[in-house]
Amino acid sequence: MKKAPILKGYTLFYLLFLYGPILLLPIFAFNDSKVVAFPLKGLTLNWFAEMAADQNLRTAAKNSLIIAFSVASISTILGIFAARASVRYRFPGKAPIMAMIMLPLVLPEMIVAMALLVVLLSLGIQLSLFTVIVGQVLICTPFAVAILTSAFQSLDRSLEEASLDLGETAVSTFRLIVLPLVMPGIMASFLICFTISFDEFIIANFLGSGKPILSVYIFGQFRFPAKVPSMLALGTVLVLFSICLLGVAEYMRRRGIAKAGGNNSGGLQ
Amino acid sequence: MAQSLGSEAKAGLKLISPTALYVIFLLAVPLATVLLYSVLTGGRGNVSLPVTGENYAEIFFHPKFAYLYIMFKSLMVALGVTFITVMLAYPVAYFVSFHVRPERKSLWLFLITIPFWTSYIIRVSLWFVILGYGGLVDQMLISLGITDVQLNIASYSILSIVIVLAHAYAPFAVLPIFVSLEKVDRSLLEAGQDLGESRWITFLRVTLPLSMPGVIAAALIVFIPTVGDYVTPELVGDGKEPMIANIIETQLLKLQNFPQGSAFAVASMLMVGIVSVAFVLLNKRFIGVQK
Repeated sequence: MKKAPILKGYTLFYLLFLYGPILLLPIFAFNDSKVVAFPLKGLTLNWFAEMAADQNLRTAAKNSLIIAFSVASISTILGIFAARASVRYRFPGKAPIMAMIMLPLVLPEMIVAMALLVVLLSLGIQLSLFTVIVGQVLICTPFAVAILTSAFQSLDRSLEEASLDLGETAVSTFRLIVLPLVMPGIMASFLICFTISFDEFIIANFLGSGKPILSVYIFGQFRFPAKVPSMLALGTVLVLFSICLLGVAEYMRRRGIAKAGGNNSGGLQ
Repeated sequence: MAQSLGSEAKAGLKLISPTALYVIFLLAVPLATVLLYSVLTGGRGNVSLPVTGENYAEIFFHPKFAYLYIMFKSLMVALGVTFITVMLAYPVAYFVSFHVRPERKSLWLFLITIPFWTSYIIRVSLWFVILGYGGLVDQMLISLGITDVQLNIASYSILSIVIVLAHAYAPFAVLPIFVSLEKVDRSLLEAGQDLGESRWITFLRVTLPLSMPGVIAAALIVFIPTVGDYVTPELVGDGKEPMIANIIETQLLKLQNFPQGSAFAVASMLMVGIVSVAFVLLNKRFIGVQK
């Protein structure tokens, strides 16, 4: 490898730019001052205490967890159907169907939210956590399909054929051979969808009709300067939470690739 | 295969049907509804016949071209953000692809993508704390004696919107460029230099054209969500510089004018579509060069 000090310096600077705002989170979450300003005033856990005592915040967090869990489950299941079908079978209309499933990746989220909202309002359906789940599944499914497609692709077809030859049915082959091998991909898909849903704002805001949901709650609170320090405390917790989930997802993904005997190229096949 | 194509097709369709039905009913039908509503007559909370082109006329000929201006502004902001993001990301992708040992590459990529997975709302809100009135930038400049008034950069809406969006979508741009750089045949570069070209010329004549598909992909990935971004103009721009997403929200939710809001949604989809096709055509040109 050739040394490239300028490029390396630039890249480190770029990382600093990327991480800069996030690094502010823990600094001011522990700072004993109502104003977010340097110089720092000393350590405190008050903001975390204020955060923990906030009843609305708890409701919002609970709702967000319910939504994220449902969305991750449904998206992953829909993703399994689509990925398995597209990897394993040839059928008419495959290209347009897959394009439709992946479409939310290339549509501004606002359009997806508004289109669904127009239909829901026209049909007179009451907005609720359920409508948020329905909308977020549309956004998360393409991610699930992408992850699961690579999991199914790295699956050795001869293992399935061996199982069928040895007298297992298609269903039991799927359960005994395919499912365990793609399990890490399923876990990774679940965790990624969970993270996306947990952070998602637009659909939560417009299809939730003001129900307390974490991202919507945070969006509202940042407008009040007095609330900012406890929001930073909350942000610190959320960032740690996201990083843990992602670490697990990444570990699962790598284990899945290793299990299937593939080589790891950083998830960029 | 022992199975005939017919039964394979049947099995495939059966397997994909849950997902397919989900997107047909909850994505295709709503999008078709929006398309239909956009040519109907609307009032507060109701939609009726006759079919009309008035909603689109309103977008184009509103007094002082106010709506056209907002669409143009959204387009320019998104293109600006896309350009800045891609330019900033290219050297990073190049560094990771060419100057990092292979076993360390995924670690570097992981480091670059982590911020993307942390709450978007929190990241945008943090910029409000940094750029806003009495924010960290103001404090720093005042304590350094550079200025003695609060600059409140967040009030210069467009500038702060561009900064925040360029930051939010930065990791998106690195990955596709990295992937295309990885595919560049290293022996071509050696050949170029063996034939007496400088490293810079080799980069311009070999590496850059070969990595262009990644650059175009990165541009698309950044452009599409930034055109439709709602949060940043609302929070950082203080709602003073509404973008297309904010207009759609106003029409659909606040004014309950479904046809007008739908027309805006269709117009913005068309805008995104046209620019995306232009990007893809550019990509085709570069692939053509490779052959």
